[in-house]
Amino acid sequence: MADPAVGVRSRTAPPAGAPAGRRGSQKTQARVVQVAFLVPAVVYLVLFFGYPVVKNVLMGFQAYTTRTFYTGEAPWVGLANYSAVVGNAIFDRTLWNTLFFTVGSIVGQFAIGLAIAVFFHKKFALSGVLRSLILLPWLIPMIAGTAVWRWILDTDNGALNRLLSAVPGLDLHPNWLTSPELALLAVIGVNIWLGIPFNMTILYGGLQEIPEDLYEAGALDGATGWRAFRHITWPMLRPVVTVVLVLGVVYTLKVIDVILGLTNGGPANSTQTISTFSYDMSFRQFDFGQGAALGNILILISLVFAVVYLRINRKAVDE
Amino acid sequence: MSAVVTHRTEPGAPVRPSGRAPRRPVHTVVGILILAVMLFPLYWMVNVSLQPAGNAVATPWFPADITLRGYSTAISEQGGNLVTSLVISLGAVVFSLVIATPAAYAMAHFKLGRWATIVLFGILVTQMVPGIVVANALYSAYSDLGLLNTVPGLILADSAAGIPFSIILMRAFMGSIPTSIVEAAYVDGAGHVRAFFSIVLPMSRNALITAGLFTFLFAWGDFLFALTLTTTADLRPITLGLYTYVGSFVADWSPIMATAVLSSLPAIALLVLAQRYVAAGVTGGAVK
Repeated sequence: MADPAVGVRSRTAPPAGAPAGRRGSQKTQARVVQVAFLVPAVVYLVLFFGYPVVKNVLMGFQAYTTRTFYTGEAPWVGLANYSAVVGNAIFDRTLWNTLFFTVGSIVGQFAIGLAIAVFFHKKFALSGVLRSLILLPWLIPMIAGTAVWRWILDTDNGALNRLLSAVPGLDLHPNWLTSPELALLAVIGVNIWLGIPFNMTILYGGLQEIPEDLYEAGALDGATGWRAFRHITWPMLRPVVTVVLVLGVVYTLKVIDVILGLTNGGPANSTQTISTFSYDMSFRQFDFGQGAALGNILILISLVFAVVYLRINRKAVDE
Repeated sequence: MSAVVTHRTEPGAPVRPSGRAPRRPVHTVVGILILAVMLFPLYWMVNVSLQPAGNAVATPWFPADITLRGYSTAISEQGGNLVTSLVISLGAVVFSLVIATPAAYAMAHFKLGRWATIVLFGILVTQMVPGIVVANALYSAYSDLGLLNTVPGLILADSAAGIPFSIILMRAFMGSIPTSIVEAAYVDGAGHVRAFFSIVLPMSRNALITAGLFTFLFAWGDFLFALTLTTTADLRPITLGLYTYVGSFVADWSPIMATAVLSSLPAIALLVLAQRYVAAGVTGGAVK
């Protein structure tokens, strides 16, 4: 984690060898004002992002439990928290769930988001209005979205199963949220729904930046429809695609509200991810040390992913 | 939660000649179908909220028998939480803008060299920090500082999404303000502070409104900090109210859905009222 404050703070003080005289002190004064503009933000970022990360790393090596809040003592325990969480019976499950949840969500959100973006890129009556209305699921509180989905996915009276039962010859009443086999799928589905507007918006923006004459030139060479997409749209969209995917993975890894809102991690931990497991450890079992260890594992995963991905696509993200 | 790139939303607004949209009724029909599928859950939310007591029976597909009972129950039971959310979100907007605006300006117009890059990189890195990590550390810090279950505590935490987002958005926008205009003010004897207040802020109105609106939405929709940094029912944002509602009352969905609708109103208001500013703020930001 970069600590941007270190460098900036040292600038607050005038340089030791500042030129004397009025001009010099005026310059220094201007410098102080400039730095004062930036310092509050840097302090905030350090306190609300830098500190938590450092604190979490430390807590990961401490026996930090409810007792700590009374006694103030959090003895150092080395790697005990890590071996406890990795040795936990459900750890493997949460790791796999995190993987499925992330990959499934990203693939679904991206594919559908791209399809809708391409569709709305065409000009037609009402396209602007319809496109902005699609943003709504993204703007409402996530927890409100999960609340309505709980009722839609209800086994007996949910709207989805009522639709399914209306299909002749199909006698299905899936327990979307209450069967361990389906719950993860349902949670992924809802998260896809929530993520489509974000993907669509950014990809639509990317499509808008592709110069129209490329398509005109392509059309002369016979590149229309699918071929135009493959040879013009996709290559031109690559930088935006990179950004969407990197952010998508980073955001999806840390999703917590969707899962807590829909299933609370159940049934039988079938929708527990590292994020929710970490929450569960800290705030339900009050073992903050183990919660921190899980949080650190999560940071590590997203860091490894981001570094690898950014290395491969360095140019694309530099823009 | 889309921080960072959202300013690219509508970069191309002026790219295409704004002629009349060609008539392609088929496209419009397909577009409406896509929208209908995407927005069905929202329709369902409103539909259920208007139905008479839906005690675990299948909700009718259309609200034929409209009643506002769900809303009166929701307001009497969750009204206080709505007010709490409103206070916290407005607080987060003010706090975030006060912190982020000068920083954005500094990064756009002062010659900070390497430091601007470092801060920018730091902001991007913040996007990778999981909320649960922040909550985990803040809980113990807040407990020591007496900030658990307090409005200021939640305002500070709920700004965590808004501040980085606002800096990125406004920095891009302010970068597009010609240096010559600001320099003219210096020539007239204004200092950085005066130039900032009398020239930069008025010119950045759209970006400020956009950053403020999104910060409001982030804070309003926050669930994790509400869940972890409040431990009593005394101070409970609406998202947490809704969550505990769903956990305890599942027999009757109409007040729950009425609460969900009420909690979604700011989003709808944003989309309807603010589009003009948002489009302008966002486009200006993207042009750089």
